Amino acid sequence: MLKFDDQILGDAYCRHFERGPDDDTMVINMGPQHPSTHGVLRVVCELDGEYIKRAEPVLGYIHRMHEKMGETKTYWQFLPNMGRVDYLHAMGWAHTYVMAVEKLGGIEVPERAEYIRVIMTEMNRISSHLLWWGAYLLDLGAFTPIMYAFADREIMLDIMQDPTGSRLTYCYHRFGGVLKDLSPAVLESIRDWVKYQRERWPMYKDLVTDNVILRGRVENIGVIDKDMAIRYGATGPVARGSGINYDCRKNEPYSVYDRFDFDVPVHQEGDAFARYLVRVEEMEQSLRIIEQALDQIDKAEGKHIVKKAPKPTYKAPAGEVYMATEGARGKIGIHVASDGSKTPYRIKLRAPGYCNLSLFAELATGTILADAVSILGSIDLVIPEIDR
Amino acid sequence: MKERKKLTFWETVKRQWSLVVGLKVTGKNYIKPQITTHYPRQTVDNISTFKGHVQLVGKPKQPDVAKCICCMLCVTSCPSSCIKVVKMKPPKEDPIPEAAAPKDMPDAAQPAKQAPPKAKAPKTPVKWTLDFNLCSLCGTCVEVCPVKSIEYSNDSYLAGYSRKDFEYDLLADLKERAAKMPAPAPKKAPKAVEKETAEQAEA
Ligand code: SF4
Ligand code: SF4
Repeated sequence: MLKFDDQILGDAYCRHFERGPDDDTMVINMGPQHPSTHGVLRVVCELDGEYIKRAEPVLGYIHRMHEKMGETKTYWQFLPNMGRVDYLHAMGWAHTYVMAVEKLGGIEVPERAEYIRVIMTEMNRISSHLLWWGAYLLDLGAFTPIMYAFADREIMLDIMQDPTGSRLTYCYHRFGGVLKDLSPAVLESIRDWVKYQRERWPMYKDLVTDNVILRGRVENIGVIDKDMAIRYGATGPVARGSGINYDCRKNEPYSVYDRFDFDVPVHQEGDAFARYLVRVEEMEQSLRIIEQALDQIDKAEGKHIVKKAPKPTYKAPAGEVYMATEGARGKIGIHVASDGSKTPYRIKLRAPGYCNLSLFAELATGTILADAVSILGSIDLVIPEIDR
Repeated sequence: MKERKKLTFWETVKRQWSLVVGLKVTGKNYIKPQITTHYPRQTVDNISTFKGHVQLVGKPKQPDVAKCICCMLCVTSCPSSCIKVVKMKPPKEDPIPEAAAPKDMPDAAQPAKQAPPKAKAPKTPVKWTLDFNLCSLCGTCVEVCPVKSIEYSNDSYLAGYSRKDFEYDLLADLKERAAKMPAPAPKKAPKAVEKETAEQAEA
């Protein structure tokens, strides 16, 4: 058995997690049922009074073997899985997967479909961030914000339900396009919603961002410096909150993202509040992208949403492909290896939350338990994505 | 953890003021009309675009017979293997009487020399079941169906006591729906019927 001295921080399984040499410490489990662990994350902590001496996330409570499933299902059949990997940003994952297969098979995507994908992905990003916003404040003990966030999110889901038919685990992307066109009525309602959502930000700011209680709970808490973020491979708002100006949409443009003018919010502080601000500002930027996409969509070439869809028994040519996009939680990467048969030879999913969570063991050491909740929430975890 | 810096009096006041501002937002929302739905007394009205479980589509002239041609494409494409389609068995072969072949035909055209052609199975399903417990609502079955025999239902308020309740026999379901459908209007409706339907519509 591993001795305490040999342990690498956050790197041993819980069965090796023993009390340290100090007499007055206590080992407790935070989660998997604790609300702040979003369902199924278990964190084993060694506490010295209120202070955390060590904390170690334990995964495996929701393992659904998506990657293995990818090897047994055809390219088509694997599509609905994407909505389940990260159920809050289903569009982002599906977008990455279809792009990977399209790159592999040289499938053409009509311009209109690209715009629709961007609009839907960005809307989904906002809905994901809104839910995070509400849930984070709920973790910190405020109940009202989640109600407001849900009310706003509901309007968005109603719009997205029209073309997709679902409200959470969308299966909307198809190889070579999308499932259904956005009707003029839907485009109009998106326009109206963008205006409405813009008017809501001041309310969010008044209610929460400027609130002294929130500031007290998140300012100077869980400071991740630039080096540490790079060391753990953090991406997305976590990295951008630590001063790393990296966004896949800007740095390695895919789809039609290079046609839009938007900023990448970056904050240097690296604390939980910086990550909070990055996400809030990102929602505003997503609105900008949607607005520009709405203006450009009618000028897009052709009216096709799928030009030539592959059959359900589609065989991708042998080869390997890697596709990376910017998800709501960071860089989504999908590596598909094909041997030329109907099913992929191997699929590897790179979930941003996994790298971001690995920061936690180092971050939480030395803080008090209440701050650990602030830190955990600020990383924006979706456990099914981490434990895919 | 960094040390918290000492606040001046005015800074403290400014910080406390943020609570008043927040309270104002809560107050405003408090007097707004209610936006939640009092389910089950009320239901939402955006169900028409909802992608419910799949159901069969009847032929335009025979609404109780599915359009399905048993091509099995939906079964192949379904990621969850929740669709089962059973084709109708071919009818029992009757031995073809040899006398049926015309005698004056040249030898090559004599059908009797080949094996009698097998009777083709009718392209009608006898069983079409959906195990909705497993369905992931991906919608690929609807998309790949060559004759558009499947569509989404608007059934969203589902409840049951066991998993068995969600194993649907969609052929029976189609018959049931067809029976409830108003009969297609005959081309020249007798006046009495027209009157009746008009009365019904008014009522
Ligand atoms: S919607 Fe998808 S999972 Fe459901 S029956 Fe159709 S193909 Fe199968
Ligand atoms: S794809 Fe359509 S026609 Fe083919 S078996 Fe399924 S329902 Fe029948």
